[in-house]
Amino acid sequence: MNSDSATTTQIELDREKGNFRYETGYAFDAGVGLRPETIDYIAEVKGEESWVREFRHKALKVFESKPLPTHWATKDLEAIDFSKIRYYLSQGQKPSRSWDDVPEAMKATFERLGIPEQERKFLAGVEAQFDSEAAYSRMKEGLEKLGVIFVGPTEGLKNHAEIFRPWFGKVIPTGDNKFSALNSAVFSGGSFIYVPKGVKVKQPLQAYFRINAENFGQFERTLIIADEGAEVTYMEGCTAPKFETATLHSAVVELIALKGAKIQYITVQNWSNNVFNLVTKRGLAHEEAEIRWIDCNIGSRLTMKYPGVILKGRKARGEVLSIALANTGQHQDTGAKMIHAADETTSNIVAKSISVGQGRSTYRGLVQIPKHLKNCKNNTECDALLINANSRTDTYPAITVRGEGNSVQHEASVSKVSAEQIFYMRSRGLSEAAAMSLSVNGFINDLVREFPMEYSVELKRLIELEMEGSVG
Amino acid sequence: MSSLDIRHLSAGIGDRAILKDFSLSIPKGEVHALMGPNGTGKSTLAKALAGHEDYTITGGEVFLDGEPILGLEADARARLGLFLAFQYPCEIPGVSIANFLRAASQSRLPEGQEIAAVEFYKKLHAKMDLLKMDRKFTARGLNEGFSGGERKRCEILQMMMLEPKYAIMDETDSGLDIDALRIVAQGVNLMRGPNLGMLVITHYQRLLDYIVPDVVHVMWDGRIVKTGGKDLALELEAKGYDWVSKELAPAAK
Repeated sequence: MNSDSATTTQIELDREKGNFRYETGYAFDAGVGLRPETIDYIAEVKGEESWVREFRHKALKVFESKPLPTHWATKDLEAIDFSKIRYYLSQGQKPSRSWDDVPEAMKATFERLGIPEQERKFLAGVEAQFDSEAAYSRMKEGLEKLGVIFVGPTEGLKNHAEIFRPWFGKVIPTGDNKFSALNSAVFSGGSFIYVPKGVKVKQPLQAYFRINAENFGQFERTLIIADEGAEVTYMEGCTAPKFETATLHSAVVELIALKGAKIQYITVQNWSNNVFNLVTKRGLAHEEAEIRWIDCNIGSRLTMKYPGVILKGRKARGEVLSIALANTGQHQDTGAKMIHAADETTSNIVAKSISVGQGRSTYRGLVQIPKHLKNCKNNTECDALLINANSRTDTYPAITVRGEGNSVQHEASVSKVSAEQIFYMRSRGLSEAAAMSLSVNGFINDLVREFPMEYSVELKRLIELEMEGSVG
Repeated sequence: MSSLDIRHLSAGIGDRAILKDFSLSIPKGEVHALMGPNGTGKSTLAKALAGHEDYTITGGEVFLDGEPILGLEADARARLGLFLAFQYPCEIPGVSIANFLRAASQSRLPEGQEIAAVEFYKKLHAKMDLLKMDRKFTARGLNEGFSGGERKRCEILQMMMLEPKYAIMDETDSGLDIDALRIVAQGVNLMRGPNLGMLVITHYQRLLDYIVPDVVHVMWDGRIVKTGGKDLALELEAKGYDWVSKELAPAAK
């Protein structure tokens, strides 16, 4: 059932019927580097329609024509060697290792977070697959009764094209940036979700249930459509560290909330410190709709992510709540984009970042309210906490407000954990590390409360672990 | 050995010597008052005993129930049973009183043992009721937005929850009006007993009407210059600190 060795050549059919089929007769190995042949291989292996294959090919050309955005982003991007990356891996090719080779620190984190045994093996790269089939099929039955579609991109575009194709690539066009173009060329894995009119899905939908080595992939493509009056929450990622040899993760997430609909998208990212995590996320909110991004970035070497909402319909509402933790060797370059395109729209951004050791965190916030709009409001709060003397934080707000009756409020703060606070807590018996993590948890407390409980408990523990490393 | 023994303690900040050959012994079961004018070293004593890094110890020893504590970090001293009620307690936004006290209580338990939540909250609410603190405050950030007097009350709440062996109260009365003073004193008096030794540091006599000391010490220029019963405090109030500098200090040399 589970492949547990790198040498196995057993080919398994994916349980998502029709989502993935590997033809034993196909000899070509996608290998490393990105060429048109790679695109053909991916499209072939997935059995995609020709329009999808063409979409990919066009995207490849756009990707190649765009330069790295180093004129504004970090020059660290130049460390990515596109020719050495594997853009598509089938099950059997995923790297794996023995439990003995798993670093102690990773094992300790699993222990501290209370991760179940079997999940540990998957997360640590010891097993290629996590068998969540039972939980997933129960959930799937419930959703089918509601008329909710929850599949991968291949199945979505093939079997539900009439629903997904009209919106695919509309919120984030291929040419939006170099990395959305890359994703559009080689996307694989992710979730395509459609919620019918008026259906309010109570349980959050989790990517985790659809885990297998492929879906936790490098180039996920997610598209969520909430029809009029529908409501859905989607959770992506997990607090546990994930063994990852692939150095580039470039996902694209598009959300469409039609009139009166609500979408909440929650991400906790804890990739290992070798990963470049470059993500484009945007939602389109129609009249009286609401889109809320709750984003927590703890891992990766470099994360660049600016969840955005285009407020297209009257009284639409957009919100980004973001927590970033940057430790030594990490750069969290995150923020938000709110583009007001209708009257009486409101947007709210709360971003809190913590820089530890020599970590660097950056906030970039774009707020646009053009002059023909009336009675729009934006509220932005970005707070940074610096833990050590070499920790670094930067803030780049880009706010454009014109027109009558629009208002924008921007508050920013940078602070240190005060020595007096630490002494006070220590005088009550708390160790220095415990005092630091209490302080840091206090700083992000009102944001952590917005996460579902399972996440918030794990998040607090994760932060304790990160703080322990930084002290002494 | 059931006492907090301070022997010939010398300490200061940077180059400046503040405590000079300071000696004092506080047995369990007794309340000692320490009085003296500003700048004489009262707060320095409190902070140095608690283990504040800004203060350098240049001589002497301190024993808590026979154990030397000057080599220990602040949190280790606290776990041994030392408590400092601060003169200016700071805010810790986002960390609720309840969570803070749970973490502090938890730190005293051996590895693996957990605080029993139900008992903890029962005790917390009981103590808050005693101190006439609104129970809503359990969820508020520690001292967040609290007035000086409210912070002092919170110090006493923490003392009641943590049940230390030796408590040093650094000018607890400053910032308190009469009503608050009565409530705080009531809380402190309820804690008096054979298992607790207390050092009440105060500038004014008034607090000692409510928390009646067993022994009074007068401090001047970094050391104790006179020790007496509770009447010494009244005498000090009547004669003022001039009396200390002109008569007591030279006599003590």
